[in-house]
Amino acid sequence: MSEEKIEREVAAEAIPEVADHFDGEFPIVVQGLKNSFGNQVVHEGLDLKVRRGEVLGVVGGSGTGKSVLMRSIIGLQVPEEGSIEVFGHEIIGANPEDGLGLRSRWGVLFQGGALFSTLTVGENVEVPLKQFYPELLPELMHEIARYKVVLSGLPEDTASKYPAELSGGMKKRAGLARALALDPELLFLDEPTAGLDPIGAARFDELTRELADTLDLTVFLITHDLDTLYAICDRVAVLADGKVIAVGTIPELLESDHPWIQEYFNGPRGRAAQAGIAGKTVDSHEQTGE
Amino acid sequence: MREWAAYSLEEKDGRTALVVTGPLLISTIGALDRELRAFEGEVDTVDLSQSGAIDTVGAWTLLRFAREKKAEVTGAGKQAQRLLKAVEEAESSADIEPRRARLRLRVPETVGRYVIAFGHESRNMIGFAGHIIVSWLGMMRHPSRIRMKAVVRQFELVGVSALGIIGLMSFLIGIVIAQQGAAQLEQFGAEIYTINLTGRLSLRELGVLMTAIMVAGRSGSSFAAQIGTMKLTEEVDAMRTIGVSPMEALVIPRVAAAVLMMPLLGFYSAVLSIIGGAFIAMLTLDIPFVTFLRRIQEVVPLFDVWVGLIKAPVFGLIIALTGCYQGMQVKGDSEQVGLRTTMAVVQAIFLVIVLDAFFAVFFTEVGWG
Repeated sequence: MSEEKIEREVAAEAIPEVADHFDGEFPIVVQGLKNSFGNQVVHEGLDLKVRRGEVLGVVGGSGTGKSVLMRSIIGLQVPEEGSIEVFGHEIIGANPEDGLGLRSRWGVLFQGGALFSTLTVGENVEVPLKQFYPELLPELMHEIARYKVVLSGLPEDTASKYPAELSGGMKKRAGLARALALDPELLFLDEPTAGLDPIGAARFDELTRELADTLDLTVFLITHDLDTLYAICDRVAVLADGKVIAVGTIPELLESDHPWIQEYFNGPRGRAAQAGIAGKTVDSHEQTGE
Repeated sequence: MREWAAYSLEEKDGRTALVVTGPLLISTIGALDRELRAFEGEVDTVDLSQSGAIDTVGAWTLLRFAREKKAEVTGAGKQAQRLLKAVEEAESSADIEPRRARLRLRVPETVGRYVIAFGHESRNMIGFAGHIIVSWLGMMRHPSRIRMKAVVRQFELVGVSALGIIGLMSFLIGIVIAQQGAAQLEQFGAEIYTINLTGRLSLRELGVLMTAIMVAGRSGSSFAAQIGTMKLTEEVDAMRTIGVSPMEALVIPRVAAAVLMMPLLGFYSAVLSIIGGAFIAMLTLDIPFVTFLRRIQEVVPLFDVWVGLIKAPVFGLIIALTGCYQGMQVKGDSEQVGLRTTMAVVQAIFLVIVLDAFFAVFFTEVGWG
């Protein structure tokens, strides 16, 4: 028994201390962020708060720095000014050792999936497990990898396949499985439906919503896809002119008179997406009416 | 200190309950999972009512245990119930590792695969050479189709920009041959033959061979990488769609550049290697520079120059052929570009050395020894 205790203590020391479940209202708070590359200023005085448990869609024209914002929050890009707090911890200028604990509490799905090409999908999911929780038994890791693969909507036998054998949509799901490996509280998705066919995109949207509800996730979702915004986002943040010019539900945003927002939501594609959702709600009302 | 998940056993009404305490999270479950896997007694219920936060890993651990003991899970909160259900639905028994045959099957299989691939590659390469010849003949009939700009650009890349490195390399090799040769020939007082050695070796063998190896490394690799990348980005397909033949636009200019530049570079290399030899002979053997060069004219037969000049374009063809062929074979992902580039260089150098051996035997037989 005493040996076991020692083992536990050793294990506990080996892993960076992880703060308890975050109970505050805003897991991500960005204030006065400034990013620039050479002379080109991407962000200036950007403020954003993400609420716990919401799916926040981040939209903006090309080059407005949506991905740069995400990279700043997850620490891949060091901003020039401003503060970014994740789970109440300052990210900028933080000691990398402290950052490790935080890193285990978020999952990131990169645009192309970014799977490690020399590992199978299952092994890809095990990488973060081995990195952060080496004390887990190999059997448990295998089991976790298996159910995460299925949870992400992939067929069982995908676990032993290499990324090169997967289609674009499956790669995204495999990337999602890896992002969910550590049961994160926070999930970052960078254009998850880009490059998927409409059916695949709709399924991916459903999956995201379902997982967000089941696993109690806060989702930071960068997208161009209007259907995604209407289908699964609780709130939408609009990036333009280096700032977040508006945050709110879609009806709230529609009241804004900013030209970009008007053009975005009231352009032909915006109207089509709106009509699609309206049609769906009418259908479901009719069904419940019967 | 982190709080770990733990358990205790309670007996109630003849039923054994396993009561779980602490947070059931991926960060705290490791030790509990170990203990539960080693647990051997009987359990009727798993009680979650005293546990803390739960995630899917915690849910999975307890679900697995409860199922193994055929126990019932009680006291689960809303979140726990949701996760238990999600995890149960997502359960699978699939493999994680790639499927692999046994070693004694895998080794012969791999060998066989290589043999077949070698046969295919050889055939395709000969086919590719034929394709080049056909395109070339077509272009000869319609000289307006020759892309002079591309050809001249390749001349520059293959020839002119290689002058520096090939010159330096040849100069140093000339120094090494002369110096090492002199050290050996001195033993029987024949150091004057250092001139014969340097002159004949440079013009006949080393100049062309070293140049071929350098060009294979510099240009053969870049042919493969360039064309391979263009295949990946679908540029080659785009060319075909527009009606431009990739053979004429990409391959022929490179082949022409390699074939025409190799003799020039080879000769240049031989000259610099002789200068290197003359330089070291002047320093260590007290043979004046001009005497060395004059003596070269007397002791090196003219056919030595021809041997070098005849081999050079053939080597150039081999280098361009393997480079372009491997580039055109790229399919799929960027890993292939690296793989094919390596193969292009290795094959080119290997074939050049094999052919050089044939040439050596051939020229000696015809009396150009």
